[in-house]
Amino acid sequence: MRLLRAMLGTRLRNNAWRTLACAVLLFVVGVSLAANWLAPAGYTKQYREAPDAAPSRQHWLGTDEIGRDRFARVLYGTRISLLLAPAAALLSTLMAALIGGLAGYLGGASARAAMAVTDLFLSLPWLFLLITVRAVMPLNVSPLASVLVTFLLLGLLGWTSAARVLCATAGSLRNSDFVRQARASGVRASRLFWVHVLPNLKPVLYAQFWISIPVFILSEANLGILGLGVAEPLPSWGSLLKELEGLVSVGDEPWKFVPLVLLVVVVTSFQFVLSEQEQAAA
Amino acid sequence: MPRHRELASSLLLRKVARHGLALVATVLLGGFLAAVLVRLAPGFEVDEQQLDPRLNAESVHALVQARAAQRNILSFYFHSLERAVHGDLGTSISLGQPVSTLLRNRAPLTLRLVALGLLLSWAAAMALALSAAWLRVSAYDAMTTTLSGTFLCIPAAVLALLSVLWNVPGALAIALIVFPRVHRYARNLLAKAYSLPHIITARAKGLSESRILFWHVVPVVAPQLLAVAGVSASIAVGAAIPVEALCGLAGVGQLAWQAALARDLPLLMNVTILVTLVTLLANSGADVIGHVLRSQEA
Repeated sequence: MRLLRAMLGTRLRNNAWRTLACAVLLFVVGVSLAANWLAPAGYTKQYREAPDAAPSRQHWLGTDEIGRDRFARVLYGTRISLLLAPAAALLSTLMAALIGGLAGYLGGASARAAMAVTDLFLSLPWLFLLITVRAVMPLNVSPLASVLVTFLLLGLLGWTSAARVLCATAGSLRNSDFVRQARASGVRASRLFWVHVLPNLKPVLYAQFWISIPVFILSEANLGILGLGVAEPLPSWGSLLKELEGLVSVGDEPWKFVPLVLLVVVVTSFQFVLSEQEQAAA
Repeated sequence: MPRHRELASSLLLRKVARHGLALVATVLLGGFLAAVLVRLAPGFEVDEQQLDPRLNAESVHALVQARAAQRNILSFYFHSLERAVHGDLGTSISLGQPVSTLLRNRAPLTLRLVALGLLLSWAAAMALALSAAWLRVSAYDAMTTTLSGTFLCIPAAVLALLSVLWNVPGALAIALIVFPRVHRYARNLLAKAYSLPHIITARAKGLSESRILFWHVVPVVAPQLLAVAGVSASIAVGAAIPVEALCGLAGVGQLAWQAALARDLPLLMNVTILVTLVTLLANSGADVIGHVLRSQEA
């Protein structure tokens, strides 16, 4: 009875944290989607008479060095990061499902070849690979193109570790009784993959999707700080965090840390949401 | 018994040979991938020097010819490899210095940074994970997990910027980037090991914590921790790029950053080969040591 109560207590506590994390994420997404109403002046409007201003009633988070409202930029930047990171995660998960799932399902030489490519990508540190590939892409492109290039790159390069997990899972499914029976009954290989194997990979796919989102948000932030992310004047968490480069001390302008705090809160919330997803996949 | 030892050593040799082959193949492929990437990059054909108004037509033609020699990616790569065997890694386009000299000058700093960062991160992660496993106080465990979770949510480049702001050494920034990843694995591994029936029995019988740790826990978690050590070396090498680039430290990470921005093909290719080699060596080394430990146990 005590064990049951303890387990129930842990589950309730976990659920409470998860609910809170979901609420935080929904709130942040909701507020960022309402940026047009909350900051009607937009993220490009320059208040030339008030560059680098401290927070005030007019500018809640002050202005940046060329007089743009920081609150507006945070809202629009959050929207870009929070909408495109899941899109990149979806792309990488789909690629992982196709490459890893197919390789695991087919087995043999195709699995070995796919895993050799995966190992090649995994042997390079993620940030090094990302910086190298991003740097060889055009840097002087339009802001919108830079957003697409950045997140497309994250999606196209981020599938490798997920593919490894999916290859192993699909490999074990290939040898499972129901797949053997379906194969023995004469079900075509393509139908077997799409109808029987792929749906059974769903929990792992969900987990990989949720795991990828915070990774991509952090990666975009890293690229942005290094000047390889979203191009100005479009804001993103990466370009907003670049402002920290010019800080002399932490205490002088604490409002410049708001994008960092927001990023930490959002990524932490994703961690709480995905811990449940991980449990489901396990 | 000698037969068993012979078999174990032949297995080990085979494993080392397999790792060696995979390492060489991956490094060569990695270098080729880097070369292909830069070759296909838009603007590769153009050299900024061609726009220099002081150069006459002959010099511009010579520059165009030099670029044309790099047009065929396969021949360029194989010529580079041939020269590399003789110790010539080419000359950096952007810095105008031999690549081997640049790497030789900068590698010690990066190695020091990465080694110190790894040492600090492992010390902090193991200290927190072990103390949480020993104390078994949920509040303390939650506190240490929250601490490492917070660092996990901060971008590596921000930690590098903060290290500049607070004037702390770059190695500490690398340590803070690696620490949460190691702590997460170590904590889970130790928690799992301490909940094993024979360890619970040992505790109930009153064995000292140090004896339980070194005789019962370490043998269980060592192989997995070794695997994490290999991965953490790769993370530390990756972390060296933003740390060196933003802290102004002249190491290989900064060199990689400069090479990528300047699309410096010979430099980028060699840095990629070096980074791939280091991370693969770390992972293979950890795997081989883990194999030795497991075979000794058996």
